[in-house]
Amino acid sequence: MNKPDHKFLLKGARRHEHASFDVLVENGRIAAAGPSGSIEAPSGVESVQAEGKLLFPSFIDAHVHLREPGYEYKEDIQSGLTAAAYGGFGAVMAMANTNPVNDNASVTKSMLEKARLTHPHGPALYPIGALSTGLDGKELAPMGELAEAGAKAISNDGKPVKNNELFRHAVEYAATWNLKVIDHCEDPDLAAGWQMNEGKSAMELGLKGQPGVGEAIQVARDVMLAEYLNLPVHLAHISCRQSVELIRWAKTRGVKVTAETCPHYLLLDDTALASYSTLLKVSPPLRGKDDVAAMREAVADGTIDIFATDHAPHAAHEKEVEFDQAPCGFIGLETAVALTWALVEQGVLTGRRFEELWASGPADIFNLPVNGFKAGDPADFFLFDPAESWVVNRESIHSKSLNSPWLGQELKGRVSAHWLGGVRIF
Amino acid sequence: MQNFIWPHKDLLDVDDLTVREVNYLLDTAEQFQEVNSRPVKKVPTLRGKGIILFFAENSTRTKVSFDMAGKRLSADTFSLAKSGSSLNKGESLKDTALTLQAMSPDIIVIRHSSSGAARFLAERLSCSIVNAGDGWHAHPTQALLDAYSLRKFWRNNELGGFEGKKVLIVGDVAHSRVARSNIKLLTMLGAKVRIFAPKTLLPANAADWPVEVHSDLGEAMRGADAVMCLRLQLERQAAGLLPDLSEYASRFCITPKLMELAAPGAPLLHPGPMNRGLEVASSLADAPNSLVLDQVNAGVAVRMAILYTLGTRNDAPQPEA
Repeated sequence: MNKPDHKFLLKGARRHEHASFDVLVENGRIAAAGPSGSIEAPSGVESVQAEGKLLFPSFIDAHVHLREPGYEYKEDIQSGLTAAAYGGFGAVMAMANTNPVNDNASVTKSMLEKARLTHPHGPALYPIGALSTGLDGKELAPMGELAEAGAKAISNDGKPVKNNELFRHAVEYAATWNLKVIDHCEDPDLAAGWQMNEGKSAMELGLKGQPGVGEAIQVARDVMLAEYLNLPVHLAHISCRQSVELIRWAKTRGVKVTAETCPHYLLLDDTALASYSTLLKVSPPLRGKDDVAAMREAVADGTIDIFATDHAPHAAHEKEVEFDQAPCGFIGLETAVALTWALVEQGVLTGRRFEELWASGPADIFNLPVNGFKAGDPADFFLFDPAESWVVNRESIHSKSLNSPWLGQELKGRVSAHWLGGVRIF
Repeated sequence: MQNFIWPHKDLLDVDDLTVREVNYLLDTAEQFQEVNSRPVKKVPTLRGKGIILFFAENSTRTKVSFDMAGKRLSADTFSLAKSGSSLNKGESLKDTALTLQAMSPDIIVIRHSSSGAARFLAERLSCSIVNAGDGWHAHPTQALLDAYSLRKFWRNNELGGFEGKKVLIVGDVAHSRVARSNIKLLTMLGAKVRIFAPKTLLPANAADWPVEVHSDLGEAMRGADAVMCLRLQLERQAAGLLPDLSEYASRFCITPKLMELAAPGAPLLHPGPMNRGLEVASSLADAPNSLVLDQVNAGVAVRMAILYTLGTRNDAPQPEA
């Protein structure tokens, strides 16, 4: 590992339309960057060859579960941030459904302290505070205290807020602290006890389905409140056509709504559950093919603002149970870039849109630093080898858990080197 | 007669089977039904084989039926009910399954409230798994015994086979593994399946099934060649799917008047246990064209055929019926 004040020239990387792109790094920041030949490097500076590799700013994952404190057998901050680093992420925002819940400064601070100790050079950890104490949807969490301790947003992720008035007050009170509310949109009564998306597959498998409208009803509530209050709301892991259409409508009205989706909602549909594989059980559930098409369109046209992984580690024994007993969610930090780059190769997204969805997009929404390859920007970037094939397994994955739908499968494209603050972290 | 090897380790649902294999099982069951009418109702076919009846969900009739089928084939049967099993003590299904396997059974018959549970065992164990009902998903032995009963009824009345027959399934289709397996099997055999239920008891995507979905019970009954009632679980009312049971009984119960709309003499089936007066009028349940008890009788023979076929599949080539 080089020192933070290290000076070097990254040479010959591919960056969007530039076949050869150089970056000069000094004191952890970008000193200069541009097409090869356009920047002047001091003589004798160490150079790092990057020919054939794609260059991206470090990505930001606005939605992960790192499980610490409380569920360290699934993941902890040390392993989670390592997974982030190898996945191309320079920062992650960690949800509050830990044990104890991150609804007070002591939990937030202990998370930040653990990150500082285990990953002094990054990736950065940005805790997300609970919206309600204990995530129980009854009383507002102390958002001022959480913001002061370092929380970057507020959310009740995993436990949707049923009470409309409480949700209104959360949006209003969070705005006082310049915190954005991230909502997990799901009507908790509509299809309580659901196991997968409501559709032909659920009918055939004999599993209780959750319709897309269960999500969209809460999206409708949120955009109406956001418009009425003229305050921002961020919608987590949007998964279906009805939600996308509401968000599109809200954006034409100038509502301050932003939205994320996850790679799996563009890549998998509910027919994949035919084998009752619990690795594919996730919340919100994998939807129908028409929803997948709608999500692809929404990501390309800007209706959906950002990608996030919803990285949700679970231990093997928790997933190897009857389908209706299995917890929801899967890991995503180390597979996300390869999976979504495939969408660029398929022509679903442009390379620039891909980068926005993972880097400047989340930075803008949550007011986080990001590298734009301008002088003075943090020297946070990674190289991606689009040709390298690798298999998702215990050897390749740094997360403690292996609950990936792509477990055992070969993916194409891999992060091959990553610098944060000018320090090469691998 | 030619030799053929039964290609399936397990019986998880009817769509694992070809029409030829279904007919083989039904023909084999016919031979066992003859055994069941003898004074000594026992054959030595599965002597020395062990069958575990693992019922993690309450059941009386299906368990007795499998138990009797196993014993009449001279197999040793062992019962494990949920109340007496380690599932209650916090052991996972995986560990329970591996523990049972370690006792070297030849067949495990499983009944479980989780859809996919039989498949979960089949993927992990080397012994044969017979699905005796998993969640809302499948109940293949029920569908086979229903097909057996219908086949026999139509044959005895010289009404031909399944081809083109209109079979109405009526009741709580949404939550019914019996309906799911029957829709598949009857369609496979050439019947035209109709379903009727109030909308709250139909899957949202019922139109994707290869069936006629009816919204009027009278229309659904008209010309039906057989009527199959489903059991209504009383908790559906508490879950808000039905206003009250008397409304259900007065509007959706199969009555003699409704039966007049069906084809003359059309048989009535019910997988049991029946809620008389709720799903089906009591007089119909006892009428001559009620197949309810024939179904129970066929159940033992059909399960004998399944246990025999799976239990001997590795022993030696078997004659095709």
